Amino acid sequence: MAIVVYLETENGNFKKSALEVSSYGRKLADETKSNLYGIAFNSDEPLKIQKYGVEKLINIKTDHVFDAKSYADLLCKTFKDLEGTLFITGSSADSRFIFPIVSISLDASYATNVIEFPSSISPLILKRSAFTNKGFVFTELKTNYKIIGILNNSFGIFESESKLEVKDYIPESLESNVQVESIKEDEEKISIADAEIVVSGGRGLKGPENWNLVEDLAKILGAATACSKPVSDMGWRPHSEHVGQTGKPVASNLYIAIGVSGAIQHLAGINASKCKVVINNDPEAPFFKAADYGVIGDAFEVVPKLIDGLKKFKSR
Amino acid sequence: MKVLVCISSVPDTTSKINFIKNETQFDKSGVQYIINPNDEFGLTRAIWLKEKESCEVHAICVGGIDTDPILRKALAIGADQAFRVDINPMDANQVAREISDFIKDKEYNLIIAGRESIDYNGGMVPGMIATLINANYVSNCVSLDVDQSNFKATRETDGGKEEISGILPLVIGGQKGLVEESDLIIPNMRGIMMSRKKPLTIIEAKFQKLQTKTVKYEKLPPKGEVKLVNPENINDLIDLLHNEAKVI
Repeated sequence: MAIVVYLETENGNFKKSALEVSSYGRKLADETKSNLYGIAFNSDEPLKIQKYGVEKLINIKTDHVFDAKSYADLLCKTFKDLEGTLFITGSSADSRFIFPIVSISLDASYATNVIEFPSSISPLILKRSAFTNKGFVFTELKTNYKIIGILNNSFGIFESESKLEVKDYIPESLESNVQVESIKEDEEKISIADAEIVVSGGRGLKGPENWNLVEDLAKILGAATACSKPVSDMGWRPHSEHVGQTGKPVASNLYIAIGVSGAIQHLAGINASKCKVVINNDPEAPFFKAADYGVIGDAFEVVPKLIDGLKKFKSR
Repeated sequence: MKVLVCISSVPDTTSKINFIKNETQFDKSGVQYIINPNDEFGLTRAIWLKEKESCEVHAICVGGIDTDPILRKALAIGADQAFRVDINPMDANQVAREISDFIKDKEYNLIIAGRESIDYNGGMVPGMIATLINANYVSNCVSLDVDQSNFKATRETDGGKEEISGILPLVIGGQKGLVEESDLIIPNMRGIMMSRKKPLTIIEAKFQKLQTKTVKYEKLPPKGEVKLVNPENINDLIDLLHNEAKVI
């Protein structure tokens, strides 16, 4: 049996989630005495994955623009070439786009939103976040081929040196049924999906002109910015920043909510975050019941002080 | 043009989530069921298409008789016909196979599903259907334009957006953005009256083989008390985040 991890890259570098997926795969490979192989697209520094326990990396080199079907086909072919039985991937939007296709092509069962190491290996049982983070489901995968999609920041990154063999694979020219044109947002901006820290603003900030508070705090923390549903509905912030049940899910290490009351739908969407901080002048705001740390106070006074304090903390 | 909207019946967004029978079953008592929000954005988008092009909108749900009310609601919102595959679905693969089997030789040009259901959050069904019926596929779809044979869709990615275009048939995993929340069609009395006369056809289920099994459920761990920090001593918060929570 071979475990194969899909290692996502961005501009030639492994994403942080790729290191987490490798760490997860390594532990599972050790427990099941299996080999751990990796597949990446266009990695410029393939040797960097050696530290995380991957023994063989197939580096697929293609200038074909990302298209889920072509990428899924290449992943399936490479997985079979490697004689894989278990495929492990992350939870990025691209990964969630590709792997349902892979699942059908390989006739593999697939569990998404996996939040920890399997609670049983044979049969393979995985704890998943469900009900939009309001509960957990233990799902058994019953087919020969299996796919695990792990949630970002859920398992952690662990180093484990191994011998790494890198093989480049240059596929024949790919054909797409679709034309894809990518529209990048601000290059500097950290995406909510990849962020370790997310700073979010709600209606309590009174208007889009006050968002410098959220942005300045996010900047000093290296955080992504987000907002509550009413804020995006009113057009204060773009929809891409809306987090919650119908918006983007958040699974960061730290989530700081400023002037967000904490509707149940909002809390559900951000509940997978490990540490939650709320700053709100209303002590009755439901968010205080969901948060780990709270500050009852005026955001317009508290946040600038927090930014100053963090500046000093960071320069220490 | 023929459009199929795939609908999942899910607990209302404000539902408390509890489990019974030694945490092996979801507790349905007192839970209101609604059209999965991601599907509802897609349904409204489909009804808008109807107003622009001549097109027929069908809704389908894989579920037991208890899901009929949400299909009636879809009809009241404006779908022309509804279909229910009569089985309580146990995994995504089963749902995708039932729907794909239904689609076969019905010549739908566009199949709209939600990005994910808000109960099991698998997010797999639309991609599985697209693969099974060999159609184009766009996930996290936030805008969609179609004509008789082509589509142009926008997919939300982690760091931005993508414009994807191609030929129909197309399957999308839709979400907010297809239409806005304020655009969602609320059925009026006429719609509700008409929905009673529209056909709701029951289809026999075919795929009993499951790829996964739900072994058990677990509730969220009880939440500890929030630690309040005096706004006058905001450095205490930095200290707690650094030394106690270890997140900065």
